[in-house]
Amino acid sequence: MIATFSRSDWLLLIAFIVIVLTLPWTMQPIGAAYPDLLQKFAIYGIFAIGFNILFGLTGYLSFGHAAFLGVGSYAALWSFKLLTMNVLPALALSIAVAGVFAFLIGYVSLRRSGIYFAILTLAFAQMSYNLAYSVLTPITNGETGLQVRAIRDSAATSLRDGDVRVIDQFLGIPEIGVPISNLFGMKMSGYSGFYFCAALLILGFFLALCISRSNFGMVLKAIKSNRNRLEYTGVNTRPYLIAAFVISGMYAGLAGSLLSITDPIAGAERMQWTASGEVVLMTILGGAGTLVGPVLGAGVIKYAEQKVSSWNEGILHNAVALLPEPLQDLLVWFFSFFVGEGWHLTLGLMFMIIVIFLPGGLMEGFRRLRRAFSGGRSADSAKTATTSTVQEKS
Amino acid sequence: MDAIFLQILNGLDKGGAYALIALGLTLIFGTLGVVNFAHGALFMLGAFCAVTLNRLLNTSFDRVNEAKVDFLGKPLVEKVPYLEQWFGPEVSGFLLDWSVPISLLLAVFVMALIGVAMERGLIKHFYNRPHADQILVTFGLAIVLQEIIRHFFGANPIPQPAPDIVAGAANVGGLLGLGDNVYYPWWRLIYFLFSALVIGGVFAFLQFTTFGMVVRAGMHDRETVGLLGINIQRRFTIVFGLAAVVAGVAGAMYTPILPPDYHMGMDFLVLSFVVVVVGGMGSLTGAVLAGFLLGILQSFASMTEVKSILPGIDQIIIYLVAVIVLLIRPRGLMGRPGVAED
Amino acid sequence: MSFRNPSRRKVLKIGAAAGVTTLATPYFFSRGAFAQSMDYRNAPQGDSVTLGFNVPQTGAYADEGADELRAYQLAVEHLNGEGDGGMLNTFSSKALEGNGVNGKKVAFVTGDTQTKSDAARASAKRMIENDGALMITGGSSSGVAIAVQGLCQEAGVIFMAGLTHSNDTTGKDKRANGFRHFFNTEMTGAALAPVLKNAYGTDRKAYHLTADYTWGWSQEGSIKKYSEELGWETVDAVRTPLGAGDFSQYLTPVLNSGADVLILNHYGKDMVNSLTQAVQFGLRDKQVNGKDFAIVVPLYSRLMAQGAGEAVKGIFGSTNWHWSLQDEGSKAFVKSFGEKYGFPPSQAAHTCYCQTLLYADAAQRAGTFRPSEVGKALEGFDFDGLGNGPVLYRAADHQCFKDVLVVKGKENPDSQFDLLEVVEVTPRDQVEYPPELLGGELGPYNDGV
Repeated sequence: MIATFSRSDWLLLIAFIVIVLTLPWTMQPIGAAYPDLLQKFAIYGIFAIGFNILFGLTGYLSFGHAAFLGVGSYAALWSFKLLTMNVLPALALSIAVAGVFAFLIGYVSLRRSGIYFAILTLAFAQMSYNLAYSVLTPITNGETGLQVRAIRDSAATSLRDGDVRVIDQFLGIPEIGVPISNLFGMKMSGYSGFYFCAALLILGFFLALCISRSNFGMVLKAIKSNRNRLEYTGVNTRPYLIAAFVISGMYAGLAGSLLSITDPIAGAERMQWTASGEVVLMTILGGAGTLVGPVLGAGVIKYAEQKVSSWNEGILHNAVALLPEPLQDLLVWFFSFFVGEGWHLTLGLMFMIIVIFLPGGLMEGFRRLRRAFSGGRSADSAKTATTSTVQEKS
Repeated sequence: MDAIFLQILNGLDKGGAYALIALGLTLIFGTLGVVNFAHGALFMLGAFCAVTLNRLLNTSFDRVNEAKVDFLGKPLVEKVPYLEQWFGPEVSGFLLDWSVPISLLLAVFVMALIGVAMERGLIKHFYNRPHADQILVTFGLAIVLQEIIRHFFGANPIPQPAPDIVAGAANVGGLLGLGDNVYYPWWRLIYFLFSALVIGGVFAFLQFTTFGMVVRAGMHDRETVGLLGINIQRRFTIVFGLAAVVAGVAGAMYTPILPPDYHMGMDFLVLSFVVVVVGGMGSLTGAVLAGFLLGILQSFASMTEVKSILPGIDQIIIYLVAVIVLLIRPRGLMGRPGVAED
Repeated sequence: MSFRNPSRRKVLKIGAAAGVTTLATPYFFSRGAFAQSMDYRNAPQGDSVTLGFNVPQTGAYADEGADELRAYQLAVEHLNGEGDGGMLNTFSSKALEGNGVNGKKVAFVTGDTQTKSDAARASAKRMIENDGALMITGGSSSGVAIAVQGLCQEAGVIFMAGLTHSNDTTGKDKRANGFRHFFNTEMTGAALAPVLKNAYGTDRKAYHLTADYTWGWSQEGSIKKYSEELGWETVDAVRTPLGAGDFSQYLTPVLNSGADVLILNHYGKDMVNSLTQAVQFGLRDKQVNGKDFAIVVPLYSRLMAQGAGEAVKGIFGSTNWHWSLQDEGSKAFVKSFGEKYGFPPSQAAHTCYCQTLLYADAAQRAGTFRPSEVGKALEGFDFDGLGNGPVLYRAADHQCFKDVLVVKGKENPDSQFDLLEVVEVTPRDQVEYPPELLGGELGPYNDGV
C-alpha cells in the first residue's frame, strides 16, 4: 500500500503530523491550548476519520455510529474495573468489542441501502442508548455513568461500587484515592494524555490514507459511484461494505476507549442519536470524502461547544473595550445572540452557510482559496492540495 | 378488556400525531426528493402559533392594584388584557378559552407562508444536491428556528389548556355501552378525529383534484411530468406549503396534550423519520399506516403485563419494529423500489 | 450610577477578567497552574480569584440554568461589595466584609453543561485547566452533578453542587471535595409523609409512575419507604422512559388499578407532561374507594410548575426553598434578586446563591482557598440567615440539613410567580438520618498537587 503513496501523500502525512504535534502552541491565540480540548480534538478526529471511511468512501450514511463509541467507552471502563488501570488492555478490548458489535449491526443493516440503511443503524443505536440508560443499568450504571472506584474489600460490594482489577492486584501496584488510568505509570490525563491521543490520531490517519490508496479503497470508492455496475462486473460488494463498516466501527471504538482513558467515566448519552448526528455533521462540515476534512470539522464543532459557549457578556465587553460605549453596547448586544448560550445558533447558521456556499465543506473552501491565489495556473496546483479528495462526481 | 380498549384508544391517538407529522415529511420526500430535517421544527412552529395567539389575546396594559402587594412588597401591578377592557370579561374569557382551536386559523396562514418562503428561499436550491447536503442544511435551519423561538419564549414548556368544556375526560364506556370504567380525555378524542379529518382531506385533495393528479404523477416520474410542459416548480412550492401546514396544525392542536417548548421539534424528528421509513419513503398510505401501527404497538408494549415478560420493551419497541419491518420488507410497508436507495 | 447600584457592565467586566487573562498566560506544559504555585491547584495569582459556574444553558433545563447564572452574578456582586449585599446582611457568619474573599476580588467564568455528563465534565475541565477556576458550582440534574463532582475530586478543586436531588450525590457517590446545600429524596420522603397522612389518611393505595433512571428510582424508593410506614399500600410502580412526552399509555392503567393516589416521580419536562396529562385524564376529580383521588409530585420546581399551569392546583410536593418565605434572609434575597431582574428567584437560584456565599465564607474563615482547608471550614458548620432557618453542613457526608418545605399548588394565584403555597415547614430534626444510611465514602481531600 505504502508503495502506492505519491509524493504529495507523503507531504500530506508529514504536514498532518507536524500540525497535530504542535497544536499545544498553535492553538494558543484562540484560547484552545488546554489538555481537555486538545484531547477532544484528537479523539473526535479519530471518530470522524473512521466515520469517513464508511461514509466518505462508500457513501453509506450511518446514523448510529455513536453506539460504537459508547460500547468502546464501556468496554474500556470495564477493563479498568476488572483488569488493570493500564490503558493498553482497555484499548485492545474496546476495539475488539466495538468491532464485534459493528459486525453484528453491519451484517444486518447492510442488507439495505440509502435512507433505509441510515434508519436501521439509527434504530440499533437508539435501542442501545435507551437500554443502557434504563434496563442495562447493572452494566452501564445508567444516568450516573460508569466510573472507576477503589478496589473493593468485601465480596458483598457490588461491582459498581468497588473494582477488582485482578492484574494490578496480582502485580501489587499500589493505589491511593481515585485510581488513575496510565500507560506503565505515565498518567493519561493532561498533556501526556493528549500526546497519547495524538499518536493514535496520526496512526489512524496513516491507516486511513493506506486504505484510501489501496485496492480495497478503490473498490469502496467504486461502490459509491455505482454499486450496480460494480456488481455486474462480478464483484461481490457486500464483504467489502461489511469490512468498511467494521473498520469504521473499530475507529469509533478506539475513540470511545480514548474518551474513557483520558477521563474514566462512561455515560449512556454518548450513544444518543444526537451524538451520531454530530459525527455526520463534523464529516460533512469538514468535507466528506477528504482525509483532512473530517478532522477539521471535528475541531471546529468541539471548539464551538467548548469555547464559543463560554463567551458571556463580560468577555464580550472586554473584547471590544477599546470602542466608544454606545458602539460597545451595540456590538455586545448583537454578538450575544451568537455566543454564550446562543452557541447553538452559531452552529446552525454555520451548517447552513457552509452547505449553501461550500458544498464540499471547509476543504472546498481551502481549495477555492488556493485556486484564487494561484490565479491562472489553478488546475495543477489545486490538484496537489487535493489529491486525497474523492470528487463527488465520478 | 377495558385496559385493552383503552390502550387501543391511546394507540390511535398517538398514531394520529405520528401520522400527521410523517404525512408531510413523506409528501415532501416523495414529490421534491428532499430529506427535510426541519420538519420537526415546523411542527414546533405550529405549536407556537397557538402560544402566540394566546399571547396576542392576552396583550395587556398595567393597572396598579393598591389592595394587593407583589413579591417585593410594592403595590401589585396587574395585567389587564385590552380585550377584557374593550369587550368585557365574558368575550375575552371565551376567546382565551377557545384560543387553541382558533389558533388553527393563524397556524394555517402562518405555516403556509413559512412553508412557501422556505421552499422558495432555500429548499429549491437543494433538489439536485446529495441527501447528506439536504440533511445538513435543513438540520441547520431547524437549529436556527428553534433558537429563535427560544429567544422569544424561553426554554420552559408553556401550558396551553384545551377549552373548558372539553378539558376533562369523557365517559367513553358509557357512550359505547362498555360499562362505567372507561374514561378518556375529550381533547385526545378530538385530536384523533382531527387527524383523521386532515389525513382524509389531504388524500382527497391529491386524489380528486387535477392539481393532486399532477403531484401524484410527479411522485412517480418527475422528469416525464416536466417534459409534458407542466410547471412542476410552482406545484412543488404549493406541496411544500401544504406539508408545512399539515405539520403546523398538528402541532397547534397538540399543545393541550404536550405543553410546547422550543425543543419539541427535535424530540419528534427521529420518531417521524422512523414512521416514514417503516411506511416506505414517499408513500402516503404507508406513512399513515405506520403511524397508527407504531402508536398502537407502543401503547401495548407499555402495559405492565408485557413489561414484566420483556423488561424495557417499551423503550425500544419503535426501533425494534422498524428493524423487523425493514428486514422483512426492504422498502418499508408500502415503499416502491428505487426510491431512496441510493 | 449610584454607589449602591453599579451598572451591570461593571460587574460583568470583573466577571470576564479571568477569561481574558488566561488567554495571555502561557499555560502549556505547566499542567494547569502548578508551575506557578505548587501549593494547591489553581492557587490565585494577582488580585482576583476565579469561580467556575457550570450551568445548563441549552436543552430542557436552560431556563433553570439561566436563573442559576443570575443568582451567581448577584452573589459575585455582593461578595465584591456591590449592590445591596443581599443575604450577606442576614448571614449568621460575619467573616465576609464585602471586599472580595481573602482580599481578592471575585471573578467568574461560565460554561454550558447541556445537561449531559460528558459536556458538563468537558466544560468544567476547561474552567479548571484553561481559566484557572478553583471552585466549580452549578448543575441542574443529579447525573451531571455526580459526574462533575467526581471530576473535581480528581482535579483537586472544590465542587459546590447546585440543584441535585438524588441521594447518591452525598450518599453512594459522595466525595471529599464535593458539598451539597440542596435536599435529597430521603428528606423529601420524610417531610412529605406526615403532610400526606394529614391530608389523605393512612388507608391509601398508591400507584407510582417513575422516570426510569437513577434519580427516579431514588425518589420512588424514598416515597415508598415512608408512605408504607404510614400504612399506605403500593399497588404498582411503573417505570417510564425519560422524555416519553406522551404518558397516556402509562396513565390509563392507573384508572382501573384500584389505586387512589398517583405519585409522579418525574422532574422537569417529564413532570410537566405527566401531570398535565394526568389531570386531563380526570384523575384529579375522580372518586376511588369512596375517596377523592389524589396526585402527588414529590419534587416541585416553580419554574416547571409554570409549565404545567392550571394542572398544579391542589397538588402536594416538596421544595428546597420558596420566595414567599418571610424570614429575613429570604426577604433580603428576594429583594435584591427581584430589584435586579424583575421577578422572584427560583429554588435553583437560591441554592446556587447560598452555595457561593458558603464557599466564600469558608475560604475567608480558613484564610486560604486550599480545598482541604476550605472543606474543613465547611464541615460541621452551623449557620443561619440564608433562608432555611438554622442549617448544619454535616461533616460526615457534606450534606446540609435544614427545614424542608412542603408546598401545594395554589388555587387562586395572584401573579404568574405565585403558583405554590407553603403548607408546612417540616423541621430539620424530622428529616435527619444517620450518614451510614446512604452508604458511600468521602475519601481524602485532594488539593490537586
